[in-house]
Amino acid sequence: MSVPAHLKYTAEHEWLDLDGDIATIGITAFAADALGDVVYVDLPATGTIVTAGEACGEIESTKSVSDLFAPVDGEVVETNEAVASEPGVLNTDPFQSGWLFRLKVSDLGELLDAAAYESLIGGE
Amino acid sequence: MTTSHDKSRQTPLYAEHQRLSASFTDFAGWSMPVRYSSDIAEHIAVRTAAGLFDLSHMGEIELTGPQAGLALDHALVGHPSKLAIGRARYSMLCDPDGGILDDLVVYRLAEERFLVVANAGNVDPVLEALEQRVTSYDAQLRDATHDWALIAVQGPAAAAIVSELTDTELAELKYYAIAEATLAGSDVLLARTGYTGEDGFEIYGRPEHAEHLWTELLRVGEPHGLVPAGLACRDTLRLEAGMPLYGHELSRDVTPFEAGLGRVVAFGKEIAFVGDQALAVRRDAGPRRLLVGLVSSGRRSPRSGYSVLDPGTGAVVGSVTSGAPSPTLGHPIAMAYVNVGFDQPGTQLHVDIRGTRDDVEVVAPPFYRRAQ
Repeated sequence: MSVPAHLKYTAEHEWLDLDGDIATIGITAFAADALGDVVYVDLPATGTIVTAGEACGEIESTKSVSDLFAPVDGEVVETNEAVASEPGVLNTDPFQSGWLFRLKVSDLGELLDAAAYESLIGGE
Repeated sequence: MTTSHDKSRQTPLYAEHQRLSASFTDFAGWSMPVRYSSDIAEHIAVRTAAGLFDLSHMGEIELTGPQAGLALDHALVGHPSKLAIGRARYSMLCDPDGGILDDLVVYRLAEERFLVVANAGNVDPVLEALEQRVTSYDAQLRDATHDWALIAVQGPAAAAIVSELTDTELAELKYYAIAEATLAGSDVLLARTGYTGEDGFEIYGRPEHAEHLWTELLRVGEPHGLVPAGLACRDTLRLEAGMPLYGHELSRDVTPFEAGLGRVVAFGKEIAFVGDQALAVRRDAGPRRLLVGLVSSGRRSPRSGYSVLDPGTGAVVGSVTSGAPSPTLGHPIAMAYVNVGFDQPGTQLHVDIRGTRDDVEVVAPPFYRRAQ
C-alpha cells in the first residue's frame, strides 16, 4: 500500500501536504481501499473554521459512510470541487487529484510521519 | 458430531483470492474476499455479464434417512417432504415464539437425502436446533460444511459459461432445481439458485476440486465478461433484488410475516412444526410493522439503523435495515421496517441521515428485476 514519504498523516487515515501554513488534505490509499468505491463526498465550505479531531465532512462509499475529520486546527481556504462530481478519484488517485480541501493552519498539533503511519496500518 | 470449525477459517479458494489481489474481510469468522477490483465494476459485471463468487463459508447440513423429509417438516416452517427430488425451496428455521433463527435453502437430492444450506454466521445455532428437532425421527443429521466448496456463477452469461464445462443440458435445469453433474471433469451438485437477482448457478464441489473449478470457470468465462466478485457487490446486488439478509432484515425479533415472507410458512402440514402456534397467532393478528423498500432522489444513502420518520409529526415510525447507493439505478435504495399505516407504496417519509432529514418514498421491493 502506497505511503508517500513526504507527507504527514493522522491515525484517522488522512494525509497532509504542508506548504508554509497551508495544508492540503486527503485520505490515504489504505482508507480508500477500506471504504470501497467512493460515491459521495461532503466537504466543509470555504471559510469554515475546523478543529482537529472533529468531523467536518463525510465520505460515502457503496459499502459504508465515514466521517471526514479535520486533521489540524485551521480555516478552510479551498475545496476540491472535482471530487464532488467524480468521487471515484479518491480510489484511483487518493494522493494527487483526489485531494479534498486546503486549510490555513492555526495549530499543527501532533502528526505522524510516513514511517509511523506505515507501521500503524501494517499493524491493522 | 462436532460443530466447531477450523481455526484458520480459510476457504479452499483462499490462495486463489490472494493471487487475484482480493481485499479480505472477516465474515462470520471466515476470511472472505470483499472485492477484487471495484465494488461497482463487479456489481455491473454481474448485471451485464457474470460474476464468480466463493461461497464456501456457507453451511451445508445433510439430512438422510427414511424420515428425513418429515423431520424437516417438523423443524422448518416449510414443507420439505413435498419437495420433488432435484428441487430446491427457500425456507426458514423459527424459534417456538416464531422469531427467525435462519433463512435457508433446502435441496432434495434423493428420496431420503436433503441438503440444507445455512448462513455462515448461523451454522452453529441451526445445527443445534436441527439436532434437537430431528431426534425423534428416523433420520441422520451431519454437518457437511467442510465437505463442500461452493462457487456461484451469477449473471446473464452464467448459462453460456457453465455450459462450456459440462454436458448437462442446462435448459432442463429449471430455476430452483439441482442436479448431479460433471463440471470441468469434477463431480458436482449443480443448482440453478443464487442471491443476486440474476440467472445463475451454485456449484457444490469437493474442496480438493475447488481451485480447478474456479480457475476453469474464470478461464472459459473471461471472454463472456466473467469477473471474480466479492462480498461487497454481493450485498448491493441482493439489496437491489430485494432479498433479505440475516442480521439485517431477518432476526430472532421478527417473524416471516413482518418480513413479507409469510408465504414460506406451510400451515397445512400433517405434523406440528416448531413455532406453528406462535406463527398462527402472528398471522391472525397481522403484523404491526412491515418490511418495505425506500428510494431517495438524494445522494446520501439511508443506512442500517437509521430512523425512519413521519414527515408530518417527526415521530419515529421505523428503522432502516440495509441501504446503499444502487449501482444499477444510480440512486440510494434501502429496506426498512415501518409501522403499519406507513407501508403503502407512494408514502412519503423522512430518514434521519446523520442529523439531516432526507426525503424517501416507500416502494415495493425488488428495486431491480432482470429482463426475462
